[in-house]
Amino acid sequence: MTDAIVLDQVSKTYDGAAVLQPTDLFIPQGQFVALVGGSGAGKTTLLKTINGLVALTAGRVRIDGAATADLDGPTLRRRIGYVFQEVGLFPHLTVAENIGVVPTLLGWEPARIAERTTELLALVDLPAALAARRPAALSGGQRQRVGVARALAARPSILLMDEPFGALDSVTRVALADDVRRLHDQLDLTTVMVTHDIAEAALLADRIVVMAGGKVIADDTPKTLLAGHADPAVEALMQAPRRQAARVREITGE
Amino acid sequence: MNSGLLSLLPDRLAWHVVLSASALGLGLLIALPLGVLAARSPRLRWPALALAGLVQTIPSLALLALFYPLLLLLSNLAKGAFGHGFSALGFLPSLLALTLYSMLPILRNTVAGLTGVEPAIVEAARGVGMTDRQRLWRGELPLALPVIMAGVRTAAVWTIGAATLSTPVGQTSLGDYIFSGLQTENWAMVLTGCIGSAALAMAVDQLLGLVERGAERRDKRIWGAGLVGLTIGLVAAVAPLAADFAPHPSTYVIGAKNFSEQYILAELMADRLEGHGARVTRKINLGSAVAYRALAAGEIDAYVDYSGTLWANVLGRTDNPGRAAVLDGLRAELKRRDGVVLLAPLGFENAYALAMRRDKAQALGIRTLADLAAKAPDLTMGGDLEFFSRPEWANVERVYGLRFKAKRQFQPTFMYRALGSGEADVISAFSSDGRIAADGLVVLGDPKGALPPYDAVLLVSPSRANDAPLRKALAGLDGAITVEAMRAANLSVDRDDHKSSPTEAARALEKGLRTGQP
Ligand SMILES: Nc1ncnc2c1ncn2[C@@H]1O[C@H](COP(=O)(O)OP(=O)(O)OP(=O)(O)O)[C@@H](O)[C@H]1O
Ligand SMILES: [Mg+2]
Repeated sequence: MTDAIVLDQVSKTYDGAAVLQPTDLFIPQGQFVALVGGSGAGKTTLLKTINGLVALTAGRVRIDGAATADLDGPTLRRRIGYVFQEVGLFPHLTVAENIGVVPTLLGWEPARIAERTTELLALVDLPAALAARRPAALSGGQRQRVGVARALAARPSILLMDEPFGALDSVTRVALADDVRRLHDQLDLTTVMVTHDIAEAALLADRIVVMAGGKVIADDTPKTLLAGHADPAVEALMQAPRRQAARVREITGE
Repeated sequence: MNSGLLSLLPDRLAWHVVLSASALGLGLLIALPLGVLAARSPRLRWPALALAGLVQTIPSLALLALFYPLLLLLSNLAKGAFGHGFSALGFLPSLLALTLYSMLPILRNTVAGLTGVEPAIVEAARGVGMTDRQRLWRGELPLALPVIMAGVRTAAVWTIGAATLSTPVGQTSLGDYIFSGLQTENWAMVLTGCIGSAALAMAVDQLLGLVERGAERRDKRIWGAGLVGLTIGLVAAVAPLAADFAPHPSTYVIGAKNFSEQYILAELMADRLEGHGARVTRKINLGSAVAYRALAAGEIDAYVDYSGTLWANVLGRTDNPGRAAVLDGLRAELKRRDGVVLLAPLGFENAYALAMRRDKAQALGIRTLADLAAKAPDLTMGGDLEFFSRPEWANVERVYGLRFKAKRQFQPTFMYRALGSGEADVISAFSSDGRIAADGLVVLGDPKGALPPYDAVLLVSPSRANDAPLRKALAGLDGAITVEAMRAANLSVDRDDHKSSPTEAARALEKGLRTGQP
């Protein structure tokens, strides 16, 4: 199996402060990776080095074997779906236009874009009637779904998501998370998702990468990490889902 | 409001619209890209905004006035380099000044609008793979549009308002009503200009508002209606000028300085030319020095000036060899220097003369400038806007040793008022002014002959020197206007009740000439 995303000694420094220490990361095609860690750990920074939104201080990134330094930024980013931490829908464009923005940049035929938009609204489980609305007239959950649809519009093989369910209530959150995992499998994507929520990461991802202070401090399957880890910081993080699971078992009396 | 007042409206409105629209268009063309660059580069932002702000602090009237000498200099340089210059008067200086003036609100709002776009949106635009240019056109500009349009609307209102100030540099506009009305205390005329330009500004603002709303809602019908409205308005307003650009025999440009007598004589000449089937445009309210230079440059074809003014200001003479010698000297010298033809003295004099209220003069025992010199330190002298900077004044001051307690400047109209209210004790009056007799003033004698004679003379530009239709139309004016006739005409325009428009006064004056001749 080839690696869809490779980070080779990637680092990032802002004004002399190392935000991301030299990092190696290999993500095989088709894997769903959750990137977890405390606030300021460098998760967003790492994610943005993948599609070039953050310029590397050192190292190199390879996408499907090609070094991103050799590609121009806009071309690269049109090939990689990205869901922003703050959603980032364009307020002056309708839902349909927001979803169709990357295909438009790629010069697709309008008819094909329209067809694709309809398809995507169905895919992310939104009523077609929303197509003509502006983002301001949507609920938070609907906006997140539009964000996911926009990221998937041009059929990327890689999807990057930065806390896509950040501001949602737990019911909506779970429903959307399930949908995202379903889409990942259905579309054969390689997905990297940043999240604060370890339980969510454990339930959705094939692999969890834990970051702290700009470094990867643990990188394994949810099962292995939940079983126990030598690093006390990782152990502390894993306490929450374990306790939740134990409490659920206790209540249901299993 | 009389029909004479409104007959000039189409022409004035048309020029006002052409001028404001061109200035705004040019302002947009410069300020918008500059705003985009300034928004991107903080290093450019500060100087650009500071410069535009600085321009704004120059009073618009002064800004307009400053462009005339600047362009004149450039024109002369061009003449030296390429053989011919360009018109430094009228449209060009007005356009440039108003363009500069319109730039600040557009620039400022473009920068504010673009830098105010949420960073998350900018990031998202980059994230979906927009290039810098796409980000600008598809993201930042549409989002900044309401702010930018607000700037454009402000600029439009400012420009339309400030365009009224282009009158003194010889550009026809609605300001002609305001300047002439102020000069002749014809408030109906002033109001016509004010209401006209205010209504124009409001209409344009509303239509631009419509475009803005349509763009914001991305409703083609709304912004389309706004644009169609603007286009129809522009075309309809400018239509009267189409005739000016159509082929026709010849258009004569008659000039006038900024007082009643000049308006009346310009109308008289224009009337005669039009009676002979010629087309005439008028450039009125020109500054005294501007008028002669414009004539020499061929930007106006004819106007009336005064021998003493030309003697002192154009030829730079301070001596006074007597009436006939001054006229002969001028005829030869103006022709030699500038090719200007002194066609005819009109027969009356409009001299600068110092005048006082009769009661005050008698109480102080003042009859001549020599008497005045002794009392001057206790008196306030009122002059028109240019009097104190004229060489004649310097000469009078020197010859009689005049030292006043204070010197104040007034619009001619208000100068007479100031004498009445005691704000001035002595004023620089004009001997052909009807108000001297009407207000009961005395003109102080000039025993030392410090003031030259001021015979009204008809001047013709070098290019019209041998123009037969012009000469024919203006024939018979030689010595035809008596000072009494001119005073009566001036008073009919300047008095408070039963005011005449300059056009009406010119017709009355013309009738007097006809019957006065065999
Ligand atoms: N443009 C920048 N300039 C300077 N420092 C930055 C910049 N962007 C991020 N940082 C710093 O880098 C560190 C990591 O930021 P990053 O956004 O990657 O954290 P994160 O793990 O995504 O946090 P969160 O969970 O709060 O989103 C933080 O300390 C942040 O302040
Ligand atoms: Mg983050």
